[in-house]
Amino acid sequence: MNTKERGSQRRVFLRDSALAMVGMGAAPLWLTRALYAADAPSPRKKILVAIFQRGAADGLNIVVPHGEKAYYDLRPTIAISRPASGVPDAAIDLDGFFGLHPSLAPLKPLFDRKLMAIVDAAGSPDPTRSHFDAQDYMESGTPGVKATGDGWMNRALPQEPGRPSPVRAVAVGATLPRSMAGRNPAVALETIGGFQVLDAKAGQAFQQMYTEAADPLVRAAGRETFEAVAMLQSIQKQPYTPAADYPPGRLGNSLKQIAQLIKARVGVELAFADVGGWDHHVNEAGQLAALLREYGQALAAFWQDMGDLMADVVVVTMSEFGRTARENGDRGTDHGHANCMFVMGGGVRGGKVYGRWPGLAKEQLYEGRDLALTTDFRDVLGELVSRHLGNPSLAGVFPGHAPRFLGVV
Amino acid sequence: MRPNAVLALGFAVGLAALPARAARNDHGGARPFSQPLSKDEKIEQAVNRLTFGPRAGDAALVRAVGLKKWLDMQLHPARIAENPALAEKLRALDTLTMPAEEMVRDYPPPQIIRQMVAGDIPFPADPERQRVIRMLAERLDTKKGAPEPAEAPTLEGGTPQLRLAAFEALPIEKQDEVMVALPAGVRQGLLQVAPPELRRKIELAAGPQQLVARDLAEAKLLRAIYSNRQLEEVLADFWFNHFNVYLDKGADHYLVTSYERDAIRPRVLGRFRDLLEATAKSPAMLFYLDNWESARPSAARARAGRGLNENYGRELLELHTLGVDGGYTQKDVTEVARCFTGWTIDRPQRGGGFVFNKKLHDDGEKVVLGVRIRAGGGIEDGEKVLDILARHPSTARFISLKLAQRFVADDPPASLVDRMARTFVRTDGDLRAVMKTMLGSREFWSRGAWRSKTKSPLEVVASAVRAVNGDVDTATALVNQVAQLGEPLYRKSEPTGYSNAREAWLSSAGLLARMNFAVRLASNRIPGVKVSGADALALGAPAFQEH
Repeated sequence: MNTKERGSQRRVFLRDSALAMVGMGAAPLWLTRALYAADAPSPRKKILVAIFQRGAADGLNIVVPHGEKAYYDLRPTIAISRPASGVPDAAIDLDGFFGLHPSLAPLKPLFDRKLMAIVDAAGSPDPTRSHFDAQDYMESGTPGVKATGDGWMNRALPQEPGRPSPVRAVAVGATLPRSMAGRNPAVALETIGGFQVLDAKAGQAFQQMYTEAADPLVRAAGRETFEAVAMLQSIQKQPYTPAADYPPGRLGNSLKQIAQLIKARVGVELAFADVGGWDHHVNEAGQLAALLREYGQALAAFWQDMGDLMADVVVVTMSEFGRTARENGDRGTDHGHANCMFVMGGGVRGGKVYGRWPGLAKEQLYEGRDLALTTDFRDVLGELVSRHLGNPSLAGVFPGHAPRFLGVV
Repeated sequence: MRPNAVLALGFAVGLAALPARAARNDHGGARPFSQPLSKDEKIEQAVNRLTFGPRAGDAALVRAVGLKKWLDMQLHPARIAENPALAEKLRALDTLTMPAEEMVRDYPPPQIIRQMVAGDIPFPADPERQRVIRMLAERLDTKKGAPEPAEAPTLEGGTPQLRLAAFEALPIEKQDEVMVALPAGVRQGLLQVAPPELRRKIELAAGPQQLVARDLAEAKLLRAIYSNRQLEEVLADFWFNHFNVYLDKGADHYLVTSYERDAIRPRVLGRFRDLLEATAKSPAMLFYLDNWESARPSAARARAGRGLNENYGRELLELHTLGVDGGYTQKDVTEVARCFTGWTIDRPQRGGGFVFNKKLHDDGEKVVLGVRIRAGGGIEDGEKVLDILARHPSTARFISLKLAQRFVADDPPASLVDRMARTFVRTDGDLRAVMKTMLGSREFWSRGAWRSKTKSPLEVVASAVRAVNGDVDTATALVNQVAQLGEPLYRKSEPTGYSNAREAWLSSAGLLARMNFAVRLASNRIPGVKVSGADALALGAPAFQEH
């Protein structure tokens, strides 16, 4: 054994002892952090935050094609007025053709500072208009293939030597979303503080039972679990105040937890949050305005809260499909096809609406009714996984699809 | 007298901690499937694997009856008197016995309520129900814009008991009005203290369609915990999962109840061919795997569908019968899909049943797995496919493998699977006979099988309540626990169903939830369930996660 090998063995020994301390909840946060940071190939890991808008958000009223006459013909009662039309709730102009829904005013400064990009007419190429199938396809990252067992985010985690952080992949919610399911460890939590055994004494006993179990599978899962518990509890113990006011509601709360985790620098690489309520078949206008207000405020608060750390973070949003170009008889919209995606972060080439606009004339619509798709959602996600996260094996993340990058990052 | 819960746990958990566990092979080598279990271990193996976990006294009962006799009874569930307590607990869940059409009418979703208001569909006959639905209709129209009734705020303060008293003091019409408008938090509080009938009314007002899903999931837990026909329950769970459908996919919300009750449950120990056909013709499966929309290409435009849909054809071959390596090609998938064109549903959104629609059917000749199916066969094309598949040796093997994986070990010995498959072929897919072959094998009763399986979340929750003899008043909170552990019931979106391999359940995502379930159950923090003398450490221990 040469000196180098011996040195590395010694480091492993020290790390394992320190990890044992972490496991016992005895290590301070700085030590916990140092242990996992030591494994990182680069000192600053890139982070991807994915937000899923469940229920099929109405992209055409979120990123408004106000330069398209057909838009106003198709939506006589629910269209968002042209910017500078003097109407109170008019669209906020972005580039002379597209505008933001007025509720998204908090995001306009990010677009202006070129930190936020929009990809329009994007989504899944699968023709389904079933929420269930479309969400499943988007989360598995394999449109049309029902049997895929894991999610694109789990596959997107770059393989790493050594011991990865137990909180590399974190989803806010009661259970792990489809996007994060798979063989790489990932945790689901409602709140940082809540990720623990409810009864401290029982917790200690369980920790011993599981981390010292004879069965290697039980033992490995037990160690992962209790490392994550210890890490999250040590974060929870730090005095912490968010640097922004989040709006009340599920998305604001989820993003607040994610920001706190990232700021604790414990090795989070992927985070997931979802927000429901977008399925507006009836009386869409008021409901969408309220939901987007919360949505815009939550994203803007996240940005403000993260501050300089946004240099390493990209946030991407998606929804399973768009909605019909024409409004229905109930002042709502039905299940459609293409949608819009938002991409924001320090490294994003923002201030631009990406993607070819397919038009809204009858013959330009998908199946004569929906916004046509010109960008596959995997092109956007693939670019982020490849260029932002630096995962070189994209074929494993989106099997059967060769992403065409748009240059968003 | 309440049996001693601690003793029950001793039976469920204590034995697992004995050195016998050391004989378990944890290193991936061949398990000792030839090494027999002791007599007591055999009894434990039987109640662990063939039931949702032993209650206090179950082992003694099996010993008294005799293992062989007990097995025979479990294989003939109709001969076992059902637990009267179960019927009592299921009584309030009235959607369980309803045909789908009736359920859609009595527990309507918003779009059906709108059609009732428009006069397209009649309101339910029951005047009280009609009143609530009319009120819901008004609320739908103003969606979220409706002002809260003046009485609602008075329910906001005080304890749930005080609120209940305030609520019950209201005139009945006012009660309905308030119920419909209750804020979620207040409603939760009321539900916890309200008597069963009022509870049902409050839930109906909160969202009628939610009760359909609730009844289904609660019934699953109540049956798992209280049924005397335990093997039948385990098999109902197994076969539902094998032929998985997803409750939250549109119309399936109202179709799954009948699917489980009428297609799956009566056939779990019957002939595989019958079970397969029942699922193939069930509106739930037709809707879930899109076959109801599948049409011959030229019929596509007329129906505004998208022509041939291969989803059902593919999963039928890959997941229901032959298995992914069962020797079929993409061409077979397409040909099978062509055979099933026209197998559709009469108005799925209204809970309609199976119909064969000749106009959608592709009447050309097809070749499935080398077998020629003549042109012009109509509905018989699909039936022939089911014949071919049900009698295919790959199916015999695949079904036997899956059963052995559920009941014997994640990686069962090939010799056992072969023997089960031979029985399958010999008996033309008699599932009871296949089970008998398995239960008569030395592998089932071997050290290799012993405590080698990890419990699914449903099995953890049901077995824990059984082990501590918990008294379940309402199972809503238990259903939520199963979901938190990672197995939302009837809500596995993929057609694969839930895995029953150890790796799927032993992950950091679910382990903490298992421990916290044990803490909650033992400290009576699960609403609707009462336990006494339960030990959280025993229920949350690694040993209790296995069976």
